[in-house]
Amino acid sequence: MSKKFLKVLLSSAMTVSMLAACGSGGGAGGSGSELAEGDTVKIGGNFELSGDVASYGTAESNAVELAIKMYNESEDAKYKLEYVSVDNKGDAAESTTAATKLIEEDQVAFIVGPATSGASIATYQVASDSSVPVISPSATQINATMNGDEVYPSAFRICFEDSYQGAAMAQYAAKDMGKKKAAVLAETSDYGQGLANQFIETFEANGGEVINSLKDGSYNAGDTDFNAILTKLSEKDFDVLYVAGYYGEAGLIIKQAREMGIDATIVGADGFDSTVLAQLAGKENLNDVFFTTAIASGAPTEAQEEFKKAYIEEYGEDALNMFSYLAYDSVMLGIQALEEAGATGPALQEALEKAEFDGLTGSFTFDETHTPVKSVLVIDAATNGAETNAEVTVK
Amino acid sequence: MTQFLQQIVNGMSLGSIYALIALGYTMVYGIIKLINFAHGDIYMLGSFVAYIVTTKLGVGFFPAMIGSMVFCGIMGVLIERVAYKPLRHATRISALITAMGVSYILEYTTQLVMGSEKKTYPVLLNNSTFQIGSVKVSTQQIYILVITIVMMIVLQYIIRHTKMGRAMRAVSVDENAAKLMGINVDTVISFTFLLGSALAGVAGILVGVYYNSINPLMGMTPGLKAFIAAVFGGIGSVPGAMIGGLFIGIAETMVIAYGSSLYKDAIVYVILILILIIKPEGLLGKNEREKV
Repeated sequence: MSKKFLKVLLSSAMTVSMLAACGSGGGAGGSGSELAEGDTVKIGGNFELSGDVASYGTAESNAVELAIKMYNESEDAKYKLEYVSVDNKGDAAESTTAATKLIEEDQVAFIVGPATSGASIATYQVASDSSVPVISPSATQINATMNGDEVYPSAFRICFEDSYQGAAMAQYAAKDMGKKKAAVLAETSDYGQGLANQFIETFEANGGEVINSLKDGSYNAGDTDFNAILTKLSEKDFDVLYVAGYYGEAGLIIKQAREMGIDATIVGADGFDSTVLAQLAGKENLNDVFFTTAIASGAPTEAQEEFKKAYIEEYGEDALNMFSYLAYDSVMLGIQALEEAGATGPALQEALEKAEFDGLTGSFTFDETHTPVKSVLVIDAATNGAETNAEVTVK
Repeated sequence: MTQFLQQIVNGMSLGSIYALIALGYTMVYGIIKLINFAHGDIYMLGSFVAYIVTTKLGVGFFPAMIGSMVFCGIMGVLIERVAYKPLRHATRISALITAMGVSYILEYTTQLVMGSEKKTYPVLLNNSTFQIGSVKVSTQQIYILVITIVMMIVLQYIIRHTKMGRAMRAVSVDENAAKLMGINVDTVISFTFLLGSALAGVAGILVGVYYNSINPLMGMTPGLKAFIAAVFGGIGSVPGAMIGGLFIGIAETMVIAYGSSLYKDAIVYVILILILIIKPEGLLGKNEREKV
């Protein structure tokens, strides 16, 4: 990360902080404290450092550590930051314990993480009780930040909700590509079903027709033979195929569909975003394939490039993925709000709610559910993410 | 009608793979009454060996196939010697549990060495599609079916018409009597593992070429389904394994075509339950009396 980037970030943060009145605090619980320049501020990391999803948690924790190190080394650092990391082992109960420890014992200003939705949700109540914001980089589950009809005052996330990309792609396909009839294939996971349901709803709302039901179009993670399901679809007429799943299966679906002679446009979500997709599908089959994502990994911006370089230098190439970028943005957002508020607790929370953030994964503000309103990139898979086709904001 | 025929073709290529794996199950069960749960992972090893020799050494399809047959055959023999032989006269359940242990060792050792990420094959067989009537068939599907049938015939020949085959049949009928007749039971059992595992190696490379996606845990589900195919066809019967494999493949495809894709795995287990209730010895199995 360049000093220049940090300077821009910090100066914009300061401008906003001059405009914003010192938060007088909403929400229940802890009162927070005022901060003076040069104070040491602790930032908590609550991540899945072991267990099934350790690769996500580690990628994120690394990014947080790196962001804090870079901030401390920058000349205009307003505070001295200290990173306290706890392993929640990918378990919801452990995650609550970890958050409680960070809040009570370490008295952190805010917590970044966990990576997964379940573990994140498990911390929102304790965090809200003591007004310590939790910024989840990748809790994409639908309504993750909601406590019934109300949002948890301390819960924030900086990723899209699962359904958002589905809606964005449906709108793009119907309006911009002018597609009329869609077929849908979805993985049986929350991710796949969430995306697909939203795609169907939005596509139909935009005047399109979906030719199959999800019951007829679901597959399991790990499946390799899609010939039967594709043969069945090919009997019907459609001009776009939405594949709601990850690259492992999507690559094979694209290959088998094209070999079968299905030439409809194939679209998907950020699960497509991997170089393995092209290997599985075969380059010649990747024509007319598009997906939505937050970061165009094939065409990094200058800021992304610099972060990537610093990250690889520190942790190696293998640990870098989309989650690293999201986690980096989470800390930077937290720091920006901290500088704006000049205090922790409710004031920090209020600054977060009002934050206008410009990060590696896009510019955004929060909506009333503390979920970012940001545009989705539509990428042409054949260029391996090197070309962005459009930016879509769901209306 | 077109769809029906097309789905039959789809089902047959899927079923051929199950059949190749099922042959190994059936032979091993036939001879030492062990359900070799590591067999699905031998198939996985076969696809990885072919992946390595084709990407690193750049050899073509048939040399790679021989390579993975040899490697899998040797692995099969080694596994039998190390893990199953010491337990040959122990309770059947201990051998079964050991087989599961071996299966995990193979899966996670491969994951450790090769990584858990999916691997893709280079293009080994040209894949053009042609029409027979209104049905599309790809050359790869033809390869799969032809190779499976050839393997079957070779296997049948070995079992029916060679000395070793006769010895295998003898051991499967009565191990002790065979020993008294001067048959080296250990060698025969090793040979059985060699044959069965080599066939799994063939299935491994075929799947790699056909689906272009392999990973260390790929052996689990096909392994289980091939086992069911073996039970369906009559465990111990070679033609039974072939018929069972094709039947399971076609059944799975038809459920997707005319039912819901969500039931495709369920149907296979339903078949297992039905066959165990209605005809436990399987389609072509012999109803042997339990030896006392």
